[in-house]
Amino acid sequence: MRILLVEDDPTVRAFVLKGLREAGHVVDEADNGKDGLFLAVSENYDVVILDRMLPGGIDGLRILETLRGQKNATPVLLLSALADVDERVAGLKAGGDDYMTKPFAFSELLARVEALGRRGRPESASQTRLVVGDLEMDLLSRTVKRGGEKIDLQPREFRLLEFLIRHAGQVVTRTMLLERVWDYHFDPQTNVIDVHVSRLRQKVDKPFDKPMIHTIRNAGYILRAD
Amino acid sequence: MLRRKVRCFGLVLKRRLRWPIRSAGLNFALAYGLVFVISAGAFLSFIWWNTTGQLDSQVEIAVQVDAADLSHRWAQGGPTALSLAIQDRLDQNVDDDELYLLVGPDGRKYAGNLPGWPVVITRLDTFYELAIKRDGFRTNAKMHAYPLTQGFRMIVGRDVRGRQLVRHVLTDTLIWAWIMVTLLAAGGALAIRRIFRQVVRSIARTTAAVAQGDLSQRIPLTGNETDLVGQTVNTMLERINRLMDGVKQVSNAIAHDLRTPIARARARLEDANRTATSAEELHAAIDRAVMDLDRVTSIFEALLRIAQLEAGARRAAFTVLDIRPLLEGLSELYEASVEDAGLHLDFRAGAVQPVNGDPHLLQQAVANLLDNAIKFAPPGTTITLSVDMQGERLAITVADQGPGMSEDDLSRASERFFRAETARNTPGAGLGLSLVQAVMSLHGGALELRAGELQTGQPGLSATLLLPVVPAVSRKG
Repeated sequence: MRILLVEDDPTVRAFVLKGLREAGHVVDEADNGKDGLFLAVSENYDVVILDRMLPGGIDGLRILETLRGQKNATPVLLLSALADVDERVAGLKAGGDDYMTKPFAFSELLARVEALGRRGRPESASQTRLVVGDLEMDLLSRTVKRGGEKIDLQPREFRLLEFLIRHAGQVVTRTMLLERVWDYHFDPQTNVIDVHVSRLRQKVDKPFDKPMIHTIRNAGYILRAD
Repeated sequence: MLRRKVRCFGLVLKRRLRWPIRSAGLNFALAYGLVFVISAGAFLSFIWWNTTGQLDSQVEIAVQVDAADLSHRWAQGGPTALSLAIQDRLDQNVDDDELYLLVGPDGRKYAGNLPGWPVVITRLDTFYELAIKRDGFRTNAKMHAYPLTQGFRMIVGRDVRGRQLVRHVLTDTLIWAWIMVTLLAAGGALAIRRIFRQVVRSIARTTAAVAQGDLSQRIPLTGNETDLVGQTVNTMLERINRLMDGVKQVSNAIAHDLRTPIARARARLEDANRTATSAEELHAAIDRAVMDLDRVTSIFEALLRIAQLEAGARRAAFTVLDIRPLLEGLSELYEASVEDAGLHLDFRAGAVQPVNGDPHLLQQAVANLLDNAIKFAPPGTTITLSVDMQGERLAITVADQGPGMSEDDLSRASERFFRAETARNTPGAGLGLSLVQAVMSLHGGALELRAGELQTGQPGLSATLLLPVVPAVSRKG
């Protein structure tokens, strides 16, 4: 993917840049709001990562508002040291697609950026049948089959699996699952998500010889066909 | 150009019209004085007008009654009888204030004490007030002319010099009274200004002391209306004091509880840097240090959230909500991990009224209670999540059959960073219940902790969130 990173802190910028490039993405960088805005409006990116507070008079929210004002729908992930929930709401209201507070784990950032990049592709929204390897999900009849064999799922398990399938081949973090599948925005102390995923595994992986849901250490989960 | 001029003029006018006195005390005093002087003026004018009016109308009535009586005499006996009657009256008039004149058709005087018909009197239907000369004196008289038959005419009047004297005296007295009242009003105004200043000063003295840093000062309450301000300021000071204490407590706690994981991470990194012999060893040490730092971050976030909630500024997301589906969702989310920990989750919901609250915060509060229960309950026991009405309030209870808490620990449980001795070995930072407590205060609710299951007498802990419900009236609107 082509990614634009606008971040003024050199350490964080270098760290994110390196990580994204290692993950195989093409990344442009800017260390101030002016350059960032110029790149964002003149180039075509799959995802823009914006720091909220930037030097040079133009902060992240201004860039975002300008982009949206020009009907530019590039997915934007906001990075901020402001953890306040109201700040988060302000960021999402201004047209941001996702919001992360500093400090963050790179794996979480990568997972979210890749999820945003995929969201930009048009085909996923209107599909009624999702297929990954021998696993198929029918969104209309709400049934799941693996290798032609029907799997019974609870409604919540169905939504969890749907999310994993839609992001097949991508790492999804526990926080992403909690936010997107359950719509909760807090940090549970216990491993609630792990338990739900392990239950899903019991049904989707256990009866078959090849597991599809894998745990990625320090990051989250990934659903893969191979 | 013209319009601009007009606008300029308007501005000047506006500026001119602006009231120049800024002092509230002076304005109060002026308003008081003004009201006093105006009302006294109105009152005294009324007295003057009424009294003089009364005197005038008395004279007029007397003249009219007299004239009616004399006309009667005329009708009975003609000029002779009337002349006699007039003479009679003049003889009996001790005050010497009555005036009469009877003239014939030729203008000849038949009777009376007026020297002749005054030229001014031409109309016969109205009172005249004029200066006349009588017995060598100048005096004022009020007179009325009446027509009689056969061309005779008559004047009946009263000398009103005495009454005018009374009027003068009255006017003087009233003017003096008004001057006195004005002086009194000025004095009163000054007194009011003084009182006002004193009141404001007593508040100002306290707030100045507070501004200097002495937060223990309170405005003395005296029982008058300013107590309303005083009480509000005192309550405000109380709250500031509490917040300051909180900040103090938190900074101490931060110093202690955040240093530990930071020190640990630092030690790990330094140690690995010096002694690690393989890449794996180094990676492992770095991973653990990152985990320590993540813990620091999460403590920071929790502290910030609590501080934000306690500042009471986060009511933007408040909405009227039904608590049941919210709890059902949480119960569904937690059921799996509860069962995974070898426990059983029992969800019971009674009929409840809606509450006004922030759904995310309430979810977080209940989730914290569930996290705690899972952490401390021994395997094989049941965690109960229930919601019901408790009087006028909604009660959400999370009860476990774990070890419970001692009375001492219960009272300190929601303090920041507090951890009971028995909990030292479980993970956590001692902020969960503080956050719950903060969420409850923001919602005007309360967190109640009770050791032991009430029904069974078994050990355990039950945490109850009490929330005020939305009154039925405002729900309709």
